[in-house]
Amino acid sequence: MSAAVPQGRRPRHLTAGRIGVYAFLITAALFFMLPLWIMVVTSLKPMEEIRLGNILALPAAMTFEAWTKAWSSACTGLECNGISVGFWNSVRILIPSVILSIVAGAINGYALSFWRVKGANVMFGILLLGAFIPYQVFLYPLVRIFSLTGIYNSLTCIVLVHVIFGLPTMTLLFRNYYAGLPIELFKAARIDGGGFWTIFFRVILPMSTPILVVATILQVTGIWNDFIFGLTFAGRQNLPMTVQLNNIVNSTQGERAYNVDMAATMLAALVPLVVYFVSGRWFVRGIAAGAVKG
Amino acid sequence: MSTVSVRDVTVAFEAVQVFDGLSLDIEEGEFIVLLGPSGCGKSTLLNAIAGLLDVAEGQIWINGKNVTWEEPKDRGIAMVFQSYALYPRMSVRENMSFGLRMAKTPRPEIEKRVTKAAELLQITPLLDRRPDQLSGGQRQRVAIGRALVRDAAVFLFDEPLSNLDAKLRNELRVEIKRLHARLGKTTMVYVTHDQIEALTLADRIVVMKEQKIQQIGTPDEIYHRPANLFVAGFVGSPQMNFIKGRLENTGEGLSFLAGDRRLSLSGYQFATAPSAGQEVVLGVRPENLEISSTGIWPGFKVDIVEPMGADTVIWCSDGMGSVQVRTSGSRRASPGESMTLNIDPAQVSLFAADSGERL
Repeated sequence: MSAAVPQGRRPRHLTAGRIGVYAFLITAALFFMLPLWIMVVTSLKPMEEIRLGNILALPAAMTFEAWTKAWSSACTGLECNGISVGFWNSVRILIPSVILSIVAGAINGYALSFWRVKGANVMFGILLLGAFIPYQVFLYPLVRIFSLTGIYNSLTCIVLVHVIFGLPTMTLLFRNYYAGLPIELFKAARIDGGGFWTIFFRVILPMSTPILVVATILQVTGIWNDFIFGLTFAGRQNLPMTVQLNNIVNSTQGERAYNVDMAATMLAALVPLVVYFVSGRWFVRGIAAGAVKG
Repeated sequence: MSTVSVRDVTVAFEAVQVFDGLSLDIEEGEFIVLLGPSGCGKSTLLNAIAGLLDVAEGQIWINGKNVTWEEPKDRGIAMVFQSYALYPRMSVRENMSFGLRMAKTPRPEIEKRVTKAAELLQITPLLDRRPDQLSGGQRQRVAIGRALVRDAAVFLFDEPLSNLDAKLRNELRVEIKRLHARLGKTTMVYVTHDQIEALTLADRIVVMKEQKIQQIGTPDEIYHRPANLFVAGFVGSPQMNFIKGRLENTGEGLSFLAGDRRLSLSGYQFATAPSAGQEVVLGVRPENLEISSTGIWPGFKVDIVEPMGADTVIWCSDGMGSVQVRTSGSRRASPGESMTLNIDPAQVSLFAADSGERL
């Protein structure tokens, strides 16, 4: 038997449509890259160069002075310790908030999808409702509650707030993921004698890596970028980096130090940026999963 | 003594009441197959026996003990699932020993039982692999092995072969039957919608439809003396032929009459006393219709011929409707050919037209 010879004309790879698509994509990419480009080049220029007004130009005399200043000596009102204080505050808020909210969400989702607790659907409905009500509605009542219990303006307070507000999304995320796992696995584990926690830790959790990654990405970026909760609940000692950045940018006397502002902004955005770049594929999934929440 | 006894059970399943007082007794060492179309409640019943669904009313007894409210692990059962349900992050060995480790069985005992089960199922070389490195057939073997090490009195199978291709299904079916014979006193309850599995494996078949038991009987009884029209139509492939007609008194006793077709019922064993003039349905299996020039029903014409290797199915019809005839594989026929059929009255089933129950 002879090998099959392809028949007909070879399809062309470069058509007008193709070129149009690429042109659009490249333009769009440039458009979205522009702010980042301006931030990076501005942060590397001394003020004299910025005054010339060529905001797109590469720095002629590149300097990291603005970055050091933004990190350690930029002023927020009277204090001049830079944004580093906020960075460490954010880290201290972030770690317990992310861990606790994910643990709580995973256990909730597991209980709701496998154990068919009485009233599980009502519970889930209420949680969903919580996800759809704007946060601002809760601010004042929560401030009152925390004041009365005496933990207002503390690290505990802000962590608690993040855990509470993370719960609906995290529960939804884990519940939906677990709903996709075969229920027979759970039944098999029941027959093998697993209890609530054994099945969770030995069977379900080892299968949860993908959703754990997604949840971590969502929570890390979400909590790091939070402004309003940090401002309201953290107290002066624990203000997160976002609030600190706002203070630096808004409290400059005299000439605006654009290079320092840009550097400070870049520093504040560093953690989410690293998360985006490291976890590209997973992050898209996280957005898709979060789309349910809106 | 029966190992499994289901007494007047009603199951509350997602706000719906299922079964409405169903009872079933299974003898020790018996191989019971629950057979029925999807949605008939066979899997629900199995899950209730396993303790994976709560019983709303009634009781379930296993091995002389009321286990209605016992945890699944304390019921002395083992279960094999359609989707294998192997723990994906554990090796075959860990999968098989998971239940024993949960029960804090001593290590040497676990080792002994896993080795024995693995040898019995010929999966010893696979013990250190992970489920995703196994084929479908191997996975189901491991799942059976996991059930085996539990040393349970009752094995529950929930459509274990439905995810496998035809060849593997036949292989494993034989293996399950062999396993049952080797284990001796182990009771097996097996859910399937596949009548071949039911007929080949079962000591007794429980045919179910719409959450009700239609008939309990040996494969022979189910096949040859179906209790109603549903069982008659569900079991057997090609399907049983149904011919509507009525009973009439003739000189030699009762006869079946449909148009100008007539069949004397002198050799038929009635289950209930019939009455002349009653509307009935005659059921006759394709293999019990014989093509013979001296037959009693002439005037059939061949529609379609389906050669199936070992036998040939011939669809033929007269003015009143079509019937399927199963003949030997060497038999040839061509469409349009006319033929005469013969029926042995001892081989037919009669059903009441209104209730569908066997007469």
